[in-house]
Amino acid sequence: GLFVWHLKNTGIRQIPCQFVHLCRVANNRLITFQYFNFLKRMYVTQYNKDLSQRAKPKSDSVASPFRELQQFDQEKKVIHKIRPISPVHQPLPETSSGNMLREMKSAAETEDSVTPVRAESKDNRQWKEMKLQLGDLPGILARLSKIKLTALVVSTASAGFAMAPVPFDLTCFLLASLGTGLASCAANSINQFFEVPFDSNMNRTKNRPLVRGQISPLLAVCFAASCGVPGIALLTLGVNPLTGALGAFNIFLYTCCYTPMKRMSIANTWVGAVVGAIPPVMGWTAATGSLDAGALLLGGILYSWQFPHFNALSWSLREDYSRGGYCMMSVTHPGLCRRVALRHCLALIGLSTVAPVLDITTWTFPVISLPINLYISYLGFRFYRDADRSSSRKLFFCSLWHLPMLLLVMFTCKKSFLEKEDKGDLLGGNHGRAMEIRLP
Amino acid sequence: PPAHSRSDWIGPPDKHSNLRPVIFYVPPEESPLERRLREARQEAQACDQRFWARHNRAFCQEKEEFIYSRLKAKGLEMRDETGQKATLNAEEMADFYKDFLSKNFRKHMQYNRDWYKRNFTITFLMGQVALVRALRWLRWKKKNVGN
Repeated sequence: GLFVWHLKNTGIRQIPCQFVHLCRVANNRLITFQYFNFLKRMYVTQYNKDLSQRAKPKSDSVASPFRELQQFDQEKKVIHKIRPISPVHQPLPETSSGNMLREMKSAAETEDSVTPVRAESKDNRQWKEMKLQLGDLPGILARLSKIKLTALVVSTASAGFAMAPVPFDLTCFLLASLGTGLASCAANSINQFFEVPFDSNMNRTKNRPLVRGQISPLLAVCFAASCGVPGIALLTLGVNPLTGALGAFNIFLYTCCYTPMKRMSIANTWVGAVVGAIPPVMGWTAATGSLDAGALLLGGILYSWQFPHFNALSWSLREDYSRGGYCMMSVTHPGLCRRVALRHCLALIGLSTVAPVLDITTWTFPVISLPINLYISYLGFRFYRDADRSSSRKLFFCSLWHLPMLLLVMFTCKKSFLEKEDKGDLLGGNHGRAMEIRLP
Repeated sequence: PPAHSRSDWIGPPDKHSNLRPVIFYVPPEESPLERRLREARQEAQACDQRFWARHNRAFCQEKEEFIYSRLKAKGLEMRDETGQKATLNAEEMADFYKDFLSKNFRKHMQYNRDWYKRNFTITFLMGQVALVRALRWLRWKKKNVGN
């Protein structure tokens, strides 16, 4: 699940040193580096977009594959050039982190100002014709399907596929990725279809296609159907029925359970975490055809990760949630919010330790991953104790790089299935390298 | 929107409701079905506008009152020496957010139900209209090809 993204120099934040270091250390991981950078850039871009719009007032965090990433920080004053007014087109940065990341409703909230400043970009002030421009359609559909979030979801599914102890089958891999991607597009589109007036009222989401009238609800539903049906069919027929069933279930869970529940009960967070946990399970079942302990462990890791990610993010969005009528822990049960985040950071340590027990990775994995798990737990503890904006932000940003890195380390520590068969260490001495050997 | 336009126009977000108003185009040869759709959309727009404008105004007002009462309890004025409006930090506001959310819970539940119903109805009507138009176009096409 490595995607190559062009590193665009958009003149935003500096890339933290650790990424550069990572890049140097493993140049075959360059792709992953770009992937990290992409993740970060995506978030930052959203930031910036948010800021420039703040001239106006992501998200989700993608802890859950199907959730959007929310934007965060509004303190920075960044000057951006005013984008030329194009009738419909808007730059892509929607906050969408793959399903892995929960949608984070980005709300550039200003805690300090009583009246939120809403400088609207020129785009927003004009009356626009509600006619679909075909040239803009790809961009509109990309935003409707939260394409970045979908991409992240697909990468978690790929991670699940890669971790499965079977020979790598490229066709299967591609089919599974495509199917998952289509399913994710469908789910995201339906989510947006359901939430138009609420999205209008929240800073992060107010520039979505349906909110802006760039596409009709009918078209959104048709698009969702035309992605979802082929996607699930592809998974069921081209991969295996179990994966298809999981995909369909996840779409249902996201659109019919999580989305309405957001406005009814704080339990939505747990449901959303499951939504986020399913794609890697799907990847695994696509490869192996069965739901083993390994699949559940990967799902468990992603499930636990969702909490620090989302809870930290939602901490800054309390005003928008409150006004919009969303029932989130950060608003109604702040203590619980922080406790749960911390609890799950610690759970990540536990889960990482279980991995070698289940023969998914070697014992180097818990050892190598301990530093990053401890670090996120430390930030989780700080968030728990301090309960302020800066600790929540730190935790959020840590979660952004923590997950890709954890999955990466997991992959490098993957226990080759050959090793397992020949206990006498044919491949001895090579702890960190995963070997994918294609059997004739 | 210009007078000659044959499509709907959508405007900037409303100051109070944050919703974007739509001006619907009424075609001269509007069918009953299309009229039903347009009226449903207009009604939905009015409902949503009413709800959110009122809701948001209430939010701002209650927020001001909350800030005022808290500041008073602390012995501070609404505006400090420099003339800036005094504000509370996030943790203090959290109580207000929690309170506001729970107070309006029932209202939101009712609105949610209505919104989902309206959304489905309108989308379904759109589907019907699109289908009828498509069939009409196909018939027209066949007639022309025949000629």
